[in-house]
Amino acid sequence: MKVYKISREGLDKWIKHWTESYDVFGPVEKNENGMTDWAEVKGLDEISTAPGTTKQPIKTFYLPQPETLFTFTSRGGEPDSDVLKETLDEGRPRVLFGVRPCDARSVTLNGLAYEEDPYYMANVERTLLVGVSCREQCGTCFCRWVGGSPFGTEGLDILLIETEQNFVAEALTDRGVSLVEAGGGAREASGEDLAMVESMRQEAEQAMSAMPDTAETLRSKDLMSMYNADFWGGLSESCINCGACTFLCPTCYCFDIQDEVVRKKGRRIRYWDSCMFPLFTQHASGHNPRGQKVQRVRNRFMHKLKYFPDRFGPVSCVGCGRCIRECPVNIDIREVLRDLLGVE
Amino acid sequence: MAESKKEQINNPYMPFPARIEDIIVETEDGNLKTFRLMLERPEDRENWSHVPGQFAMLSLAGRGEIPIGIASSPTEKDGLLFTVNKAGVVTGALHSMEVGASVGVRGPLGNGFPVDSELKGKNIVIIAGGFAFTTLRATLLYMLANRRDYGRITVIYGARTPGMLLYRKELEEWQKRDDVEMHVTIDRETQGWTGLVGFVPTVAGQVAPSPENAVALICGPPVMIKFTMPPLEKIGWTDEQVYLSLENRMKCGIGICGHCNCGPVYVCKDGPVFTRAEVMKLPVEF
Repeated sequence: MKVYKISREGLDKWIKHWTESYDVFGPVEKNENGMTDWAEVKGLDEISTAPGTTKQPIKTFYLPQPETLFTFTSRGGEPDSDVLKETLDEGRPRVLFGVRPCDARSVTLNGLAYEEDPYYMANVERTLLVGVSCREQCGTCFCRWVGGSPFGTEGLDILLIETEQNFVAEALTDRGVSLVEAGGGAREASGEDLAMVESMRQEAEQAMSAMPDTAETLRSKDLMSMYNADFWGGLSESCINCGACTFLCPTCYCFDIQDEVVRKKGRRIRYWDSCMFPLFTQHASGHNPRGQKVQRVRNRFMHKLKYFPDRFGPVSCVGCGRCIRECPVNIDIREVLRDLLGVE
Repeated sequence: MAESKKEQINNPYMPFPARIEDIIVETEDGNLKTFRLMLERPEDRENWSHVPGQFAMLSLAGRGEIPIGIASSPTEKDGLLFTVNKAGVVTGALHSMEVGASVGVRGPLGNGFPVDSELKGKNIVIIAGGFAFTTLRATLLYMLANRRDYGRITVIYGARTPGMLLYRKELEEWQKRDDVEMHVTIDRETQGWTGLVGFVPTVAGQVAPSPENAVALICGPPVMIKFTMPPLEKIGWTDEQVYLSLENRMKCGIGICGHCNCGPVYVCKDGPVFTRAEVMKLPVEF
């Protein structure tokens, strides 16, 4: 890891230099509530520095909505009609600037499930993440409960930490180092800078309530006793199965595959799907293994907090709090975690 | 050529091109047809290798994909068989297709029956109801082709009417053999039917196959499986000896898309074959 110091003006130059070889995206203030969302940017002044996360998670860059898997022509009779053509395309590389550590972690976590998926991996390959550490905790976020940190580096190529006058840039990967070099104008950070960053890191982590070993504790619990816990019924009662939680969740990665044909031009696409919807599991016969709402609500949490950790290790949640922020009936995953872990 | 092979390995969503070589209408209601498919490329045919009990995604460009059990045994060399019930968009389109039409095959997927490990040296009891006989046909043919690897083979197969039985010609051939014990039954008496009459669970109780050094492979509607277990348990069968094949809605077939999970397992990747003991530890989400 290499650590640099860069001024605000220097960062602006970085972005301008990067746009020569990359598409650069950043959180931009977009709507009336001051909520930010991802958009292409040409300079630092376009980027919002408001605390917290963007409305949409960065999975939009890794699991585009929709994503074309194959194309085909549907003419009938001709030799190449209905033959699927692969659309895997590396495309122009891009930099996501201003990613929060929680969102960056989601790329790594989803990657555990998508290891053999060439489309996802191509997007990982072409997307560089420049993160920015969190100075304050939002009302709904809880990264420290699920193995993350406001200064977390997992999934990032560069982590930026805003200091009194400047930024400290930790280049975490080779790709990060080449980004810094392409940006130019950075000085190596001094021992003083490093000490300051370290004390900021400690201060930020201590300010947030932590839950140690959440994943380990959940893995050690009996699956069926969690499944049969008595709170699922009450929890699911208010749920309206709108699916907002799953669509805005950075680590909800389920998808559907459909074919569409318009004027004889066909494509096989995949797009986000949600285990909140009854159709998600319905058989062609009409039989539905998760026909009841309580089964679907339970599945969402059990997948994140038990099935995924049992299979891959970590909890499939980064604590960004979007599902809490956007849930129309105030279902709160932190309450589920407390219930499952048996803590107050 | 080498390039296209690389693509196949790298992209698990890319189906192998195949052609319909033959279509057999299996049942009197016309709702079940068996499609014999031939992979187009010689290298795909060479590389193809499956285990009885595995499935594949059948792909129709413009319609989509469906998971269907492979009805042919790997010991049969004349293409791949899929017996398809007409139920939705893709199966409906497939049923309207003719010999020579192009389709895609993505697979083989899933685990299959452990025919070369746990099942070897055992007495085998195959119990099937309705159109769930497809991968069990594959299994039976595989065992008959490797007959010395298994002990007694007993088949209990039932359908509503004689006309709803799958693979009728083969059933008759198997009934003539002395190395497999066939019990084919229909639900109600019908003119011209001289075989067994009664539901599969009842017949299973009458045949009462010994659990001694035996395994049972049961595929059928959930209600059939539910009522077949008590008569077997009564004579000493345990859940560890019983293999089931689960079905759930699937999209990717490789354990990513999330549709087919039954609690912690993905039916597509961890299954579809599980012992009943394993199934009993899962949430009932199938």
